[in-house]
Amino acid sequence: MTDDTATTPGPAPDATAPEDGRPLVELRGAGKSYGNIRALHGVDLTVRPGRVTCVLGDNGAGKSTLIKIVSGLHRHTEGEFLVDGAPVRFSSPREALDRGIAAVYQDLATVPLMPVWRNFFLGSEATRGPWPVRRLDIARMKRTADEELRAMGIVLDDLEQPIGTLSGGQRQCVAIARAVHFGARVLILDEPTAALGVKQSGVVLKYIAAARDRGLGVIFITHNPHHAYMVGDHFSVLRLGTLELSADRGEVGLEELTNHMAGGAELAALKHELAQVRGVDVDELPEEQDLTAPGPASSEGTP
Amino acid sequence: MRMTQQAAPAAGTPPAPGDRNRDGRTARRPLLLRLLARPEVGVLLGAVAVFVFFFVAAPSVRQGSSMATVLYQSSTIGIMALPVALLMIGGEFDLSAGVAVVTSALTASMLSYQLTLNVWTGVVVALAVSLGIGALNGWMLVKTGLPSFLVTLGTFLILQGVNLGVTKMITGNVATDDISDMDGFGRAKALFASSFDVGGVQVKITVVWWLVFAALATWVLMRTKYGNWIFAVGGDRNSARAVGVPVTFTKITLFMLVGFGAWFVGMHQLFSFNTVQSGEGVGQELIYIAAAVIGGCLLTGGYGSAIGPVFGAFMFGMVNQGIVYAGWNPDWFKAFLGVMLLGAVLVNLWVRRTATRR
Repeated sequence: MTDDTATTPGPAPDATAPEDGRPLVELRGAGKSYGNIRALHGVDLTVRPGRVTCVLGDNGAGKSTLIKIVSGLHRHTEGEFLVDGAPVRFSSPREALDRGIAAVYQDLATVPLMPVWRNFFLGSEATRGPWPVRRLDIARMKRTADEELRAMGIVLDDLEQPIGTLSGGQRQCVAIARAVHFGARVLILDEPTAALGVKQSGVVLKYIAAARDRGLGVIFITHNPHHAYMVGDHFSVLRLGTLELSADRGEVGLEELTNHMAGGAELAALKHELAQVRGVDVDELPEEQDLTAPGPASSEGTP
Repeated sequence: MRMTQQAAPAAGTPPAPGDRNRDGRTARRPLLLRLLARPEVGVLLGAVAVFVFFFVAAPSVRQGSSMATVLYQSSTIGIMALPVALLMIGGEFDLSAGVAVVTSALTASMLSYQLTLNVWTGVVVALAVSLGIGALNGWMLVKTGLPSFLVTLGTFLILQGVNLGVTKMITGNVATDDISDMDGFGRAKALFASSFDVGGVQVKITVVWWLVFAALATWVLMRTKYGNWIFAVGGDRNSARAVGVPVTFTKITLFMLVGFGAWFVGMHQLFSFNTVQSGEGVGQELIYIAAAVIGGCLLTGGYGSAIGPVFGAFMFGMVNQGIVYAGWNPDWFKAFLGVMLLGAVLVNLWVRRTATRR
């Protein structure tokens, strides 16, 4: 049943996309400062087709800044940002979209009072007719939106209903379906499961896997290591604006990932001090030497 | 997010037994409720109510010529209420709209008269000036990120001062000179301020323009890309930008549309009265905004229609003239308007809540 989504025909992402696993998007020592605040510094990230790159981190770790750079909302202020191997500086999300980089934002980037189908095509409306009378091709847009949503397993009776009346999971799926439909090669998901229940999260995770199987490169941003570990191929943990961990699936286990997320390395260092304090149970905390996964390649040496 | 907060149906699993094509959770709402959910229906009912009220209370309203006057009055408000409504749907409003009308008329009048040019030159230059004022408003708004209230309050005060100052400086008077004997006046008057005969009743041409512009605005809003963008930038500007809507372009052109409306009404005033009083127009901007709000546009943007403000403007015209025809003291007009505005807003609110509840 679930394979429906993966095999659904549709304006599939460019099938000729680099099959050799050449990175679609690459960050090299990238960073971003807002005035005197350094939100992100020395981050390396690689997104390959057909792989899910998870970016984890606590609140304020710089996850949102990272995706804002990749999706074209903000420009990076240090390091390099390459798309298909060539350095780029996007000045608007439109440019990123034109290069096949689509983001599904935490706040969903939908306009709540507008109908579902209008939201689906917002910014990329289908039209017909010559210029002075060029008009929206409403029938086609409604049909396409309905087909794409059904492919995602969302059946809506009334595409005219304001998207604000849908549940959070449904809106996420509309946003993902929209990105996939418009030929995204790189899909950025900013905490898509943060506000969702268990079942809805499962649905969203399934579409992440489906998007990966269609050959898209996925950047999955989350603060939930369990969700990340279910679909991720590569894990990058951000802490205070820098990379704390960058490891492939084979190099890191769920438990260790969780520990890194929780600031495990620091906790381990604190363990001995904490052990002196009565009433603090330190047995469950990891020892420093247990954290075997490789850190970022150049955590110290980056400019 | 509201009532239907439930799990999304799992992929491929028909949630409702039997009918695969329906999710079974949204019952089809009755036609009446769906109609009421449209932004312009509340104001349509209001307009009908006001019309019926004066039709009964003031016998002279029943004459064709009275209706022509009511429609004329409505059209001069209505032509401006349309772009103001579009701008409001786009999330902004323009306090300079009232005095911008006078600025446009003054420009055309003084330029033609002082330089002894064909009036059409003045008309064209006035159009450029009006569009320029709109573009300036929009540009300042998107560049500074300030609320449109502040930006256009600034332009409002500037224009008010410039109107008076420049007119006095050039003509030595607070009004411009009569241009009715100048080249091209006749044709311009035919376009902007003539009347035509319908069954023995003289109807002003602005009524026709009003309805043409309303139809055009409705088409643009509901059927074009640009209309989609207007709703989007007003509904959620950041989301709109994130999915690739040209927010800056949309906002600036919306302000320029208001400039176009100001130009048109300004030309109408110039060619109907031959001269322009430089101190006029103050307070009109609030009438336009009120007409748009009564017409069902959400002051905060993202919701509304172009046809609603047509009825909103009609209510204004009807009340304005109705009071006169009913023989009441017209001093009370503004009080009546205020009550009507509050009433319309409450009715709109109630209708929207009732109709969108599921």
